[in-house]
Amino acid sequence: MTEPAVLVDGLVKRYGEVEAVRGIGFEVAPGETFGFLGPNGAGKSTTIKILCTLANPTSGTARVAGYDVVKNRDTVRRNIGLVFQDTTLDSYLTGEQNLRFHADLYGVPRAQLPQRMRQVLEMVGLWDRRQAVVATYSGGMKRRLEIARGLLHAPRVLFLDEPTVGLDPQTRSSIWEYINDLKQREDITIFLTTHYMDEAENCDRIAIIDHGKIVAIDTPEQLKASVGKDRVQIATADDPAAIQEIKDRFAIDAAMHEGMVTFNVESGEQFVPRLFAELTAQIKAVSVSRPSLDDVFMSYTGKTIRDAEATAGDRNRAHVMAFRRGR
Amino acid sequence: MAIGVTQEPDQVTEAIRVSVPDKGLRQDLRAIGIVWRRELIRFRSDRLRAITSLVQPVLFLFVLGTGLSSLASHGLPSGVDFKTFIYPGVLSMSVLFTAIFSAASIVWDREFGFLREMLVAPVSRSAIVIGKCLGGATVATFQGIVILALAGFAHVPYDPVLFLILIGELLLLAFTLTAFGVMMAARIKQIQAFMALTQMLVMPLFFLSGALYPLNGLPAWLTVLTRLDPLTYIVDPMRQAVFSHLNLPPETMAVLSPGITWGSWHVPVGVSLGIVAAMGATLLGIAIMEFQKTE
Repeated sequence: MTEPAVLVDGLVKRYGEVEAVRGIGFEVAPGETFGFLGPNGAGKSTTIKILCTLANPTSGTARVAGYDVVKNRDTVRRNIGLVFQDTTLDSYLTGEQNLRFHADLYGVPRAQLPQRMRQVLEMVGLWDRRQAVVATYSGGMKRRLEIARGLLHAPRVLFLDEPTVGLDPQTRSSIWEYINDLKQREDITIFLTTHYMDEAENCDRIAIIDHGKIVAIDTPEQLKASVGKDRVQIATADDPAAIQEIKDRFAIDAAMHEGMVTFNVESGEQFVPRLFAELTAQIKAVSVSRPSLDDVFMSYTGKTIRDAEATAGDRNRAHVMAFRRGR
Repeated sequence: MAIGVTQEPDQVTEAIRVSVPDKGLRQDLRAIGIVWRRELIRFRSDRLRAITSLVQPVLFLFVLGTGLSSLASHGLPSGVDFKTFIYPGVLSMSVLFTAIFSAASIVWDREFGFLREMLVAPVSRSAIVIGKCLGGATVATFQGIVILALAGFAHVPYDPVLFLILIGELLLLAFTLTAFGVMMAARIKQIQAFMALTQMLVMPLFFLSGALYPLNGLPAWLTVLTRLDPLTYIVDPMRQAVFSHLNLPPETMAVLSPGITWGSWHVPVGVSLGIVAAMGATLLGIAIMEFQKTE
């Protein structure tokens, strides 16, 4: 087994009185897409800043691409790509000039640059707009250019800090198409933060952080499974008979909801084939819905992510102030 | 939405392998180069800034210079125009504003996030700061050269040697000023505060530098203040360079370009320039240290 792409152990970050990260630990395997979830101010950004060598931990260690973020800062930097929440493009330069700037800072070999530049720009669909000044780009285009730039030097780990925040739903989903596409093409580990629960579905594994601590870490499926049962709804030729039969055969209480026979069961997808095989009533339609990640977040933190954000707001402001001053 | 621009399938599968070299001098030089180039690109695309920062020196040279010349002519030896006298000061002024403004772009960069792109790069921070200072110095010197082109209006001869000396001195001044600005920009995070503070500093620097009056025969308090002003040590060498190309009698020279004195010691031009260079290096060092800090 190769070294983990990201290895965090006992990480603590304190800003004065405020403990933003309180002793977290986790590993991310190479090639994995790892989601770091939590309300604003839960410690996501602080953790990512430490992993990107922009902040030093108060205690604990973090290794990225096999290198310590404090001791081998520059080696870590060479091996990571960054897309921040706020744009870090020079809007007076063209898309191409922004990438060229990046290439020179990261020492991308000149011989490989034209090809690589074309590749990353085509990947995000901006090759045709490369000569345009970034100020003329839309929000989604800027984010895509940042993703292209983050990939230019072929990093081993790509950090995406809230890659879709502030974008309209359509652009958000297109950004995700690029990210998923990218996983196919590049040999890369993706570490992303988000507070959109629906987007976290795209991750191989998820960690939920709340109040500076990791409260859950697993695959989205496992996390959802740990929360509760799936909801199965069927429409049959004879619903009352079906309800009775489900009770007799499987010892499950079903009831009519939304005009369908509805019941809860663990691993709904695996249950459905049995249902088809054993139920005598003819099934006309079936739907299996899982608990959403919102339910997961709710069960681990005791509140919905929106509630958490509302209450974290005040606590946050202290963090933000600390960041600003520290910068 | 322009999702998934069509591509050749074979092009899609093979990623270009990029191996980024280890950190080293070559890398740092390349980083200095691109940070420097960015300043030039941005300056070129910002003509308004280029023009506005020339307004003040031109005003001083033509309006103040012409307006005061009849008054000043009584104090000036015959055949010497007041415009000629203040010309070196006006040159330094043209550099002053542009250099400080270049450094201000760091504050902008911080506000618009681009500074972060530079600070997370695997190059030494000193490369970024040096590139920035060189870029600011180059751009500011360009501005100085525009004023240099107006030399004829101030009765200063278009002498290649004189021009080379003046350009060199302008570069030195511009670099030191940018380093000063960058050092300030490391600490001051708001553009308004930065602008207010630099405006507050620039005018006293200019007025105390002897740009508008000779450095001898001043009251003691002003003598001390002019000697403390770093700008003095660059305006005087420029004036000496200009006046040495005017074929003036020695007594006129003694009145108009007496040189800097510390008590009875005449500070040689070399020492003057050395002071400015040392200041530039020190400010650059402080600026690098400021940017080396990690949260």
